[in-house]
Amino acid sequence: MNREWFKSKAAAVGLPVATTILAFLVGGLVVAVTGHNPIAAYRAIFDGTGLSYVFPWTASADKAFAALNLQQTLILTIPLVLAALAVAFPYRCGMFNIGGQGQYVVGIVGAIIVGTHFASMSKPLHVTLALLAAALFGAFWGAIAGAMKAAVGAHEVISTIMLNWIAIYGAQWLFELNGPLQGPQRDVPQSAEVFPSARLWSVWGTLQPVHAGIYLAIGALIVYYILINRTTFGYGVRAVGYNADAARYAGIPVARNYVAALSIGGAFAGLAGACDVLGWEYHIVTNDIAASQVGFIGIAVALLGRNSAVGIALAALLFGGLEVGTSTRALDPTIFPPQLAGNLAIIIQGLIVLFIGAQLLLVYVWRLRRQKREPQITAPSEKVSPI
Amino acid sequence: MAETPLLELRGITKRFGNLVANDHIDLDVAHGEVHALLGENGAGKSTLMNVLYGLYTPDAGDILFEGKPLHLRSPRDAIQVGIGMVHQHFMLIPVMTVTENIVLAEEPRKGVLMDYGKARETVRDISERYGLAVRPDDKIEDIGVAQQQRVEILKALYRKARILILDEPTAVLTPQEAGELFAVVKSLREQGTSIIFISHKLGEVLEIADRITVLRRGKAVGTEPAEGATEQGLAEQMVGRSVLLRVEKKPATPTDPLLTVRDLHVNDTRGLEAVRGLSMEVRSGEIVGIAGVDGNGQTELVEALTGLVSPTSGVIEIGGKDVAGGGAEASFEAGMGHIPEDRQRFGLVLDFTLSENLALREFHSPPESTIGFLWPRRMARRARTLLEEFDVRGGEPQTPARSLSGGNQQKVVIAREVSGDRRVLVASQPTRGLDVGAIEFVHRRLVEERDKGRAILLVSFELEEILSLSDRILVMYEGRIAAEHPPTVSEAQLGIDMTGGRRAATA
Repeated sequence: MNREWFKSKAAAVGLPVATTILAFLVGGLVVAVTGHNPIAAYRAIFDGTGLSYVFPWTASADKAFAALNLQQTLILTIPLVLAALAVAFPYRCGMFNIGGQGQYVVGIVGAIIVGTHFASMSKPLHVTLALLAAALFGAFWGAIAGAMKAAVGAHEVISTIMLNWIAIYGAQWLFELNGPLQGPQRDVPQSAEVFPSARLWSVWGTLQPVHAGIYLAIGALIVYYILINRTTFGYGVRAVGYNADAARYAGIPVARNYVAALSIGGAFAGLAGACDVLGWEYHIVTNDIAASQVGFIGIAVALLGRNSAVGIALAALLFGGLEVGTSTRALDPTIFPPQLAGNLAIIIQGLIVLFIGAQLLLVYVWRLRRQKREPQITAPSEKVSPI
Repeated sequence: MAETPLLELRGITKRFGNLVANDHIDLDVAHGEVHALLGENGAGKSTLMNVLYGLYTPDAGDILFEGKPLHLRSPRDAIQVGIGMVHQHFMLIPVMTVTENIVLAEEPRKGVLMDYGKARETVRDISERYGLAVRPDDKIEDIGVAQQQRVEILKALYRKARILILDEPTAVLTPQEAGELFAVVKSLREQGTSIIFISHKLGEVLEIADRITVLRRGKAVGTEPAEGATEQGLAEQMVGRSVLLRVEKKPATPTDPLLTVRDLHVNDTRGLEAVRGLSMEVRSGEIVGIAGVDGNGQTELVEALTGLVSPTSGVIEIGGKDVAGGGAEASFEAGMGHIPEDRQRFGLVLDFTLSENLALREFHSPPESTIGFLWPRRMARRARTLLEEFDVRGGEPQTPARSLSGGNQQKVVIAREVSGDRRVLVASQPTRGLDVGAIEFVHRRLVEERDKGRAILLVSFELEEILSLSDRILVMYEGRIAAEHPPTVSEAQLGIDMTGGRRAATA
């Protein structure tokens, strides 16, 4: 391959890695300021993630403990992968889906509705139906924003943010005291328990095992890769994303692609919700609906993973591991207090997003300068209507 | 030369990364001289002028003004010493009057207020002195392009410019207007103003310049007096090899009409009627050229023909099939290829690879794909064949379109639009922004396609192009076909028709 190709690949891998390292370095400074040893703290956090399980030199006694932590990490990684795909797919169509959180929440609602009904259904059918409901609910929520953009040019960033709040408040109303979907305990604001027949199969572990959602997440990454890179539909989506005018010139239905891309993104986010309630939570507590951040962290994962399948998998593992490694349960409190560590995780996440934003800005400025130098006839790739 | 030149550039070098845009360029301009700077796109003309205008700092070399070294940190410094520049894209404020635009930032004052009366008087003085007639109280948005150009020139003269840089000044003008501009240039020269005239049109350079400097790939290949220079010689210097200036073609043998347009009405993006009842026909085996001043409905006509916009009424038949309002795919399916005016906006997805770009029209059908799945290898194989056939340089199938030069990008568009069974080809400004070598290729290819029996509609603002390529010329004025001519028609006659015949009395 030529130099250009090599350079672009190096940038695609090197920049996110450098970003992450930088974020951890700055995070280390914060740790040092609190009077703790940053290297020891990171060491403890890493142990907390359970990732040492994969090293062949880990002693078998430590391995059992690491396995428990790694199971936690994977459980949190699964929804992050799906939530990141919810951002990545519309992104390839030139849209920024901020609505992953709302789509995640309506996905939970769909999975709960199906999962808390049909007690006598066979497990494969029940699970399939519950997943399908979650995907469809999420897709519908995404499609609303897509249709608004296609019909009147409403910008998806604004509409998906508003749809997030509609989903969150709507779901809170559904499960709150005397809400239509509140569970059997009349004084507890939470949903009923998902029937065992609708729960995802356990894959690894006993205490809180990794569930079959991990196959779903891996499958979703493969589907995403093939759909985007190897199908005519994905070709059209990318064409619209890069240059909607050229897509129109080529006869690609631009408006239809907007709706489809946001629907597919919404379906991924909906499945993320299903994995959480069908995989390990089994019910939803009203207070947790507004507190959940999965959809938003998904944005950071997609950004760090550069919207590529492999990148998203690795970035999700990083963010999932960070969350588990800094949790009260996993982190050794004598080395670094978990209540500080939880904030450290948020600081590192924030720094990563900030640095990626700075990179995008740099690239943008650099392109502007290059355009100034060699004036080209280029038009804005998409028209954004004033709101 | 006994006299110190007014301006001297010595060994100017400017690098952008690995690219050497200006490589030790020497240039001198005498008092009252019209010095033409000739070169292809990317030869370094604009970079050099931006150095001279204080926009770029050179990496090496000196600028001497009246023998004294000059350090320019910004255009303000350049204006201070008397260097004025008229950019290709005018920098005027549409809602302000001619006078206000000219004196902007250097207004004569009365207390804290601008002395409009005095400003107008000054403007009138300068415009009379150089024969640049303008109406000082008109608003910029109400006057034509040629008038706006005069305002730009006046702006520089108001700031006491002794050297005026004109960047491709005739690109936006009709032949008559260009003639008037030349008169102005001559009058400026007579009164001692030096002029650097940037152009890639050989004919006008020979007509107006005293001396000509040719740039090629960042280097000055030579300076010679205009007297005795030939178009052929200059073209060879520009390109570095011999080129065919005239398009060689056999007489057309048109047969059946392949494109028929009847009573077409199209609105522009603002909802105003831009094409007003246009009818025409393009037959197999002929090139029909549409001449006209920009903004007379050409863009809307092309967009309607190719399905990018729906006409409000009328018939567009491609090979006997009405495609009006059917979208881009209907026009394409009926056999129409489209080389769009803005290749980077419509013709290419710049971030796609060449292989993907070449499949833009046919990706949804075999052999590019089956039941919705792409075949990247087949796409690449087809791309390789096309890239070779159309002599696209600097690109493999996996190269992003963005990294190609303009000329090679255009070749990719042409390769895609003429391959396959395209019976009608609409080429809109197919050589805009291309260099001489690429223009030669595009012209030759269009004639080849004509000889294969395709019907070709050529829309261009370059009269030379229309005249040399077309077998039949239609003049478009205010949304209709105003006149039809054989290719032997004179530029002057076309110019008259292009402006609605209003100048018939004065021409």
